[in-house]
Formats: sequence, C-alpha cells, structure tokens
Amino acid sequence: MADPKFLDQPPRFLFFTGKGGVGKTSLACASAITLADAGRRVLLVSTDPASNVGQVFGMTIGNTITAISAVPGLAALEIDPQAAAQIYRDQIVNPVRGVLPDTVVKGIEEQLSGACTTEIAAFDEFTALLVDSALTADYDHIIFDTAPTGHTIRLLQLPGAWSDFLAEGKGDASCLGPLAGLEKQRAQYKAAVDALADSQRTRLVLVARAQQATLREVARTHEELAAIGLTKQFLVINGLFPQAETAQDPLAAAIFQREQNVLAAIPEVLNQLPCDHIVLKPFNLVGLTALRKLLVDELPLDSENKSSHHAIPFPSLSNLTDDIVKDGCGLIMLMGKGGVGKTTLAAAIAVNLAHRGLPVHLTTSDPAANLSETLSGVMDNLQVDRIDPYVETDRYRQRVLETKGAHLDAQGRALLEEDLRSPCTEEIAVFQAFSRIIREAGKKFVVMDTAPTGHTLLLLDATGAYHREVAKQMDRHSIAHYTTPMMQLKNPKQTKILLVTLAETTPVLEAVNLQVDLRRAGIEPWAWIINNSIAATTVRSPLLCQRASNEIADIEAVSTTHAKRYAVLPLLKEEPIGIQKLLELSKSNQASIKH
Amino acid sequence: MATIQVFDPASCCSSGVCGSDVDQALTAFSADVDWLKQHDVTIERFNLAQQPTAFADNPTAKAFLERSGADALPLIMVDGEIALAGRYPQRGKLARWVGVPLQEKAEESSCCGGCC
Repeated sequence: MADPKFLDQPPRFLFFTGKGGVGKTSLACASAITLADAGRRVLLVSTDPASNVGQVFGMTIGNTITAISAVPGLAALEIDPQAAAQIYRDQIVNPVRGVLPDTVVKGIEEQLSGACTTEIAAFDEFTALLVDSALTADYDHIIFDTAPTGHTIRLLQLPGAWSDFLAEGKGDASCLGPLAGLEKQRAQYKAAVDALADSQRTRLVLVARAQQATLREVARTHEELAAIGLTKQFLVINGLFPQAETAQDPLAAAIFQREQNVLAAIPEVLNQLPCDHIVLKPFNLVGLTALRKLLVDELPLDSENKSSHHAIPFPSLSNLTDDIVKDGCGLIMLMGKGGVGKTTLAAAIAVNLAHRGLPVHLTTSDPAANLSETLSGVMDNLQVDRIDPYVETDRYRQRVLETKGAHLDAQGRALLEEDLRSPCTEEIAVFQAFSRIIREAGKKFVVMDTAPTGHTLLLLDATGAYHREVAKQMDRHSIAHYTTPMMQLKNPKQTKILLVTLAETTPVLEAVNLQVDLRRAGIEPWAWIINNSIAATTVRSPLLCQRASNEIADIEAVSTTHAKRYAVLPLLKEEPIGIQKLLELSKSNQASIKH
Repeated sequence: MATIQVFDPASCCSSGVCGSDVDQALTAFSADVDWLKQHDVTIERFNLAQQPTAFADNPTAKAFLERSGADALPLIMVDGEIALAGRYPQRGKLARWVGVPLQEKAEESSCCGGCC
C-alpha cells in the first residue's frame, strides 16, 4: 500500500499528539519502522510513561539512545517525564532535606508537583534533540510520540519570560518556574522553539479516534498550535471500525454507524487537514510483525475464528449505588480524562438515586453536555444545573487581570495572561464555582461530573492549614461539629470520588496517576468505574471478541490492584438518552450477577 | 545603603494564579522592588520552592522557618536582621529602611511580580 499522507516527504521532526489511549506510540513506532525500512536513519523518542517501545522491539531501551538491532537504521530513546520531573525536584529539595523542617520540605515538593513542572521537565529533556548537535547529526528523522502543549510553547516564546527567568534565574512566568532549576542555555531553548514552529523542519500529526468529544478536543489543539506557528499539521483517525465486521453483530454494526456519523460531522477546521484513516486491528500492537501491519489498509480477517464472546458478569453501577445510598447523603464526584463518559455516568448515578426516592442535585461542567436532553424529562427529587467551565474560567481570568494585572506593563501582562491559560486555571475556576454547591451535600446527594486533582486541592488547602491549627486546639468533642471543605473531601462518608476509565492500558495508567495524586492529598478514591467495556457485552464479530479478551488483563489489574470497589459498564449500541435508558445503564450486568 | 533580603513563601505559580486567590499585596510589592532597584538599592528575593538552599544557608531564615513554619512567610531582612514578617512592607517603610526619598508614584513597574 502507498504510504499514508502523514509520511509523505516527511521533514526532520515528526510529532504525534493526542490524548491518552488513541495510539500515538503505536503510530510513532510504525512510522519509524516504515521510514527506516525505506533506508532512512531514524531516531524514535518516546515520552509515554507506559512506554512499551522497548517491549515492542523486544529489548531494553531506557534514557540513552539505543540502536534497534532488528530494524537497521532505527534507534530509540525513552524519556519518562515523571522521572525527569522527579530528578528536577530532587535537585532542588535534596540539599535542604533534613536541614529545613520536614513540613516545609513537603510543601516545597508539592509546589513542584504540578502538571506544568512535568511538562517543562520533559521539554527540557528533548530540547537537545531539537537543536543541531553531534547527538542527532546521524539521523534523517526524529520521531516523537508526544508534543509540547501550546501553553508551554507560548510561554517559551514570550520575550518577557526569558528576560527575567533565564537571565536572572528568577522571574514571573509561574509555569516556567521549573526552568529556574534547569541548566540549559537560553539560546538552546529558543532554537528548540524555533525548530518547532518551522514548517520546513517540523510536522505535527494529530491522532484521534472517531469520537465526538475526542475530535472536539483535537480541533482545539489544532487551532491552539496553529496559532503559534505550528502550521504543518496532519490528522490521523486511528482505530476505525471496519465495515466488514458488521455483518452478524448488532453491536459491531452500531459502532460502525456511530463512527461514520461522527466522521460525517467532523469539525470544519479538521476537515481541511490532510487526513489518514487507520482501521482497527484485531491484534495487539506489539512486535515488529504487528507494527508493520498497522499502516496497511485491509486485513484478511481470520475466518477460522468463529467463536463468540459472552458478557462477563462484572459488578454493575447499581451495585455501587447500593453502597452510596447507605450513607444517606453526600458528594459524589466523577473523575477521569476527557471522553471516558463522566457526564453520562454522573447522570446515570443521579437518576438511580432519585429513582430510589432520594433528593439529588446533579451538576455538569461539560460545556457540550445538554443534561435536559440527556435526561429528556423531569424526575421528582432530581434537581439539575450546569457550570460552564469556559464562562467560569473567563470570569476568573478577567477578575485576576483586573485586580492583579492592573499595575503591570504590557510584557508583564502578557505573561500573566499566559499563566492564566495554564491547565490549573480552569480546574481552579470550576472548582470554585462548584464549592458553593458542595455545602448542600450535608443534606442530600450532590453528583458532579468533575473533581479537582490532588495537586490543586493541596494548593487550595489554605483552609486545610487553618483546619490543622484548629484541630490542635480543640478536643475531640468539639471538632466533631467543625468541618472544612478539605475535611469533607477526605471523609468517605461525605465524599465519594469515582475514577472513570476505559479497559485499555494507557487510560488505566492515567487513572492510576490520578489516584496517586489524590492519595497525596489524603483522599482515597472510593471506587473505579470501567466504562464502554466490550468484555461486558456479548459479541460475535471476531474483531470485537479479540478486543474483549484484550480487556481482561486491564480489568483484572483494576479489580485486584487499583480499586477498593469497582463496576464495569458495557459498551452500548447507542448513547443512553432519557431517564429510562440511564436507569437501565446503571442496572446493566446486574441481572447476570444475581445468577 | 542598607541591603534588603526577601524570603518569599513557596509558590509554583509566582503570579499566584494557581492559588485560591491572587494576592494583591504581592503585585504591589513587586512593583516596589522594581522601584528600589531603580534607585540602586540591593534587594534580593528568594522563593522557598525554587531556592530553598538560600533559606537553609541563612541561620536567621532557617530558625524562623523552624519556629514559625512556612505559613509565617514572607520574611524581610534589612542588613541581615529581621525587619518584618508575615506581610509585605509598604513602599514608605522600604524607603525609610534604605534612606531613599519617597517621590511621587513611579508608574512603571516591570514584569510584575512574582513572589518569585
């Protein structure tokens, strides 16, 4: 087959970007092999924390450039952004460990534990690869399975960020804070940013699945990166369901149709990009043979494989709600990456609780969610409203710029505005909007389709510090009558955090990271929900049977290692719309478990 | 002329946007620091999250942290002695410490300010 468009006359740098689980690393590996097979000298750089590049090629790679013996011309390098951030933290903190008080050291570590630190530390790691040096001189192409966000690049482009930060070692761009401890030269960062924005040298491949939420997110990434000069962009829709599989399997037919509908309504800005479609493969993308087949169009399906997969009876959402009900009232927060179905699940839980005659307040922060449409009806006991994160974030930004920004000059203001576009800002703005609703949870159930990360909570924990002071001075009796928001979030009787994920390796790993982050803030997620599981359905399509059996290991990891309690929800033929369907969703699997 | 050292609280977002609220006093103080620099005053700032060794190496700052904790920052020292703690000084006070005459408002403040 002809090479895909994104590999046609490739420039020196290729970046694959997209949210976790869309297949960036597999595509990057397959592209690297394709180019190496064509006689190019290729360096593959993975920053996937779950990097299986080594596993893919059957060798240990790690953080030094390693030749891949099985593919002449190919070398690989694995960068772990978390490890890079840890090294950076250690550089700053180790000299004062045991010297300054432990609580102080802990506070410093938390300040350096944000997403920004990790991203900047990773950027620092691959700066050297973007500038001409002896290190990279031997390669025609350097392929990255990730790309810096627009926020990072814009910060690095701001002249004010440099003049203060790197010239004096300190300055004002908050999210650049981590750079203060890094040794790289200003010129090298500038050269790296220039290389990124040079369409002659850099191509950006946006990787997506045929899901509405995912494509919306990709459209935003596209516009953000195009606005700062990364104009050479390609789109890849990965894992498309093949029509050939739809014949005898109603679920397969429904998936195919849903994906085709999404593609037909693709956001206009994406429609203009050169686009490749890659068909979902029945095999795991491990090993050279499998990867060489990834970019191939049609695959003869194994017609011998006629067995079907029967739905496995996992615990249902209703089983979880049975436990939730026992505490009478409280806050239920769903947490997880975008596109895993938090809003639908929040609605299903709220409907289930209201159906039992309990008063419930359901709130969404999904700007695209239309809860009144999703519910398409009213229920006794169920109160519904929404918070628009864009509106809330905008209001927060304006307020900060008007107060804090009032005295700044143009350059300082530009830096502050950029800081306010950091991922933390939206989370804080939304959480502040939510916090007024939280108080209600003492009297009824409040269900929200979002939750703050542990890092944000720790930073916001001004009340927590106060609470510790109060606690010291109060006896057990009086403290029982005194609660702060942080106390409320830490108490599983008052607050239950449900981690939502998919039965795939990268999404599970991302959820594990969220859990680690919450535990740092002293919050234990109450349960996990695995959504859209094929293993929880009955299927006949060979492709779906294969996917179902691939899910087993991930579900097992969640149920045995990560989760205190869990539920698995099946992939549905259609979006659950209406109170009745939502109720059924929460009860799915339940019948089988009673057998 | 007197030398001023400022030991700022830890902050990943120097502008405070990651905190629960943005500290107006911090903005004003950063403008004041800039004003002092324009008058050739030696003023140094250390952020706990980025330069913790500066705290560890300074016996006064270290003792202050041990006694009062990080919540009690900022700590402002003039010629090595504690001049103020727990809040940032007004420009008038700074002017008195270093003996610079207070003039009419200097509008221009540089790249704002982080507590870092």
